[in-house]
Amino acid sequence: MSRKQTSEQPKIQIKNVYKIFGPDPQAALERAKQGASKTELLEESGHTIGIRDISLDMPAGETFVVMGLSGSGKSTLIRHINRLIEPTAGQILVDGDDVLQLDEQQLLDLRRRRMSMVFQRFALLPHKSVIDNVAYGLTVQGVERAEARERAVKQIELVGLAGFENQFPRQLSGGMQQRVGLARALATDAEILLMDEAFSALDPLIRTDMQDQLRELQATLHKTIVFITHDLDEALRLGDHIAILKDGELRQVGSPEEILLHPADDYVERFVRDVNRGRVVTVGSIVEHIPTLRLPELDPQKASAQLDQADGDTLLILDDDSRPVGAISRRFLEANAGRSASWWQDSSNLDEVHTVTRDSVIDEMLPYVSGSDTPAVVVDDEGQLVGVVTRSGAIDALAKVPEPEPGEPAGEQQERASA
Amino acid sequence: MAADFPDLIDTRALRIWIDDQFNWVVINFGEELELAFLPVLHLLNGIEDLLLWLPWYVVLVLISGLSYLASRSYAVLGGTALMMFLLGFFGMWEPAMATLALMLTATLLAVIIGIPLGIAMSRSDGLQSGMLPVLDIMQTMPIFVYLIPFVMLFGPGKIPALLATIVFAVPPVIRLTNLGIRHVDPEVIEAVTAFGATPRQKLFSVQIPLALPTIMAGINQTTMMALSMVVIASMIGAGGLGYQVLQGIQRLEVSRGLLAGLAIVFIAIIFDRIAQSYGRKMQQHLNTGG
Ligand SMILES: Nc1ncnc2c1ncn2[C@@H]1O[C@H](COP(=O)(O)OP(=O)(O)O)[C@@H](O)[C@H]1O
Ligand SMILES: [Mg+2]
Repeated sequence: MSRKQTSEQPKIQIKNVYKIFGPDPQAALERAKQGASKTELLEESGHTIGIRDISLDMPAGETFVVMGLSGSGKSTLIRHINRLIEPTAGQILVDGDDVLQLDEQQLLDLRRRRMSMVFQRFALLPHKSVIDNVAYGLTVQGVERAEARERAVKQIELVGLAGFENQFPRQLSGGMQQRVGLARALATDAEILLMDEAFSALDPLIRTDMQDQLRELQATLHKTIVFITHDLDEALRLGDHIAILKDGELRQVGSPEEILLHPADDYVERFVRDVNRGRVVTVGSIVEHIPTLRLPELDPQKASAQLDQADGDTLLILDDDSRPVGAISRRFLEANAGRSASWWQDSSNLDEVHTVTRDSVIDEMLPYVSGSDTPAVVVDDEGQLVGVVTRSGAIDALAKVPEPEPGEPAGEQQERASA
Repeated sequence: MAADFPDLIDTRALRIWIDDQFNWVVINFGEELELAFLPVLHLLNGIEDLLLWLPWYVVLVLISGLSYLASRSYAVLGGTALMMFLLGFFGMWEPAMATLALMLTATLLAVIIGIPLGIAMSRSDGLQSGMLPVLDIMQTMPIFVYLIPFVMLFGPGKIPALLATIVFAVPPVIRLTNLGIRHVDPEVIEAVTAFGATPRQKLFSVQIPLALPTIMAGINQTTMMALSMVVIASMIGAGGLGYQVLQGIQRLEVSRGLLAGLAIVFIAIIFDRIAQSYGRKMQQHLNTGG
């Protein structure tokens, strides 16, 4: 899938969208804007707030997860993107086009070619075979039956259902039915994939399979996926970004780590409390600074001065390309103070360091630091130093119940830590 | 008995007014109407002529074969063949074919009128709430009431008999088409909408196929109601088995009435079986995809 997007423009933008269900949504909208709560509005006039003042930017090529408990407005939100639901107020832009301004034909076109959808309870056509279900989006577009079926066969193979083309949905297990649903959505080659709790109705093991399969597909297809779920583990596994809804309100948007490490409020915090952070938090987000010295400049005096200046215990030695080659502790320095200059220039005499890349998760690097005081060294893709992770830093990140930090965006905080 | 309900208005005058209006229509448009419905008469006569032109054993084999195709059951096949044979055996073959022709024509026309009406009703809540009471009235009105205006418009004969039969028999197919379409899984409808199906594509690719078992049940009821109308329709000139029953009454011939009555029952059973089997097969297809 080629992406047309060259600029930074988000693929999907949702701007101040409200949706109120009931007899007179506009009147209720005023009350909602004045701050009436969901329960108040329901008791006052029988209006239900579906979503309230939601603004989100969804970048192209990402999996954007919307998470919340049942009734939090997730389905309502996702249905605004293809206008299955009309907003009470607000704007929805897809590739910069205002979806609400589309005429009938343009709207059909949007639904046929630019996005497709996968449903919680599959919503397959019970009277059509697997192949005709998968080809449905194409036949609606007016693609010839033979060609549509040919393209459908490819999608069926892609989702691992080859051989089941002529079965009917009721003959398949839930997991297989949802594969048909996925193939149907992929068949139209739309750049946007809307998935409303697509895996929620499946057994846990099958759900994990489907998540893996989606990740594999996404690695090659680079769709813009809007994925709805009520399951935090699923959100963390799939999401490049996660938005958390409660009672129709947006509570937090951020990367999985930002949400785990810097929950915006009590609600999010309670949500993430029980998560195994070691599987999610990357070492890049908890790196610490360490004093460094380049190998050519290394001698005991300089090393000692550097340690004193930084008030540290460990000095990291880099080569000319900023790649870590070894480490020196104060004890090591004292023991080898009398060695020759050429001995000091041989990096194999130094303490060994373990390097991990910045996007490894804590669980992966834990073994390197658990038995030693030497920190694990975090490097980028070129092998250049990013920082270090100490044992205590890792344990803090795993154990700490993070404080909500009012007034300070989580993202910025992290930038500073890794700088 | 106290018949002391006050005369609030002069109902006699009202009735006279209604009758005058209707007479005016009859006088001014009677001929045009008759002309307009001539094709329907040709259709009815064509079907009747065809059934009578075909040798009896061909008709017997055709209808028995149809019942087997629908049911895949030799018992049904045998039962149908036996009942068809008895029609002739009782000496009722000719009136039975006339009745069959009336029933089939009325059902065909009722379906042609009823399915689009049912579809329209399923798409508009306003139309539905307007139509439901009308359908209720149509089904509870005593059958004889329909005969009066049609006889006045066309005089006694096959056209008024056919039209009265259609009016009487059409409600179930309208009702169940509406119901069937409205009961199609809304999630499936939402899915095809999300894929950009137009209302027409939705109707033909999803709503009608999924409503078909229900629509078939409606057609079955319509067939049975058309058949139940034949005795009464024969009073205004429809002929067929109903006329045999009528003669039985007039001449006090129990045997004639009984045999004609049995023949009507046989036809009812045969077509009920056929329609039900088709409905079941469709339902099964939807449930198991088999
Ligand atoms: N068609 C509707 N009419 C009235 N209320 C609705 C409708 N659809 C959703 N709601 C209400 O809007 C809220 C959000 O619903 P929904 O988006 O389905 O939540 P979720 O998908 O997160 O479970 C709920 O309170 C729900 O009752
Ligand atoms: Mg939902």
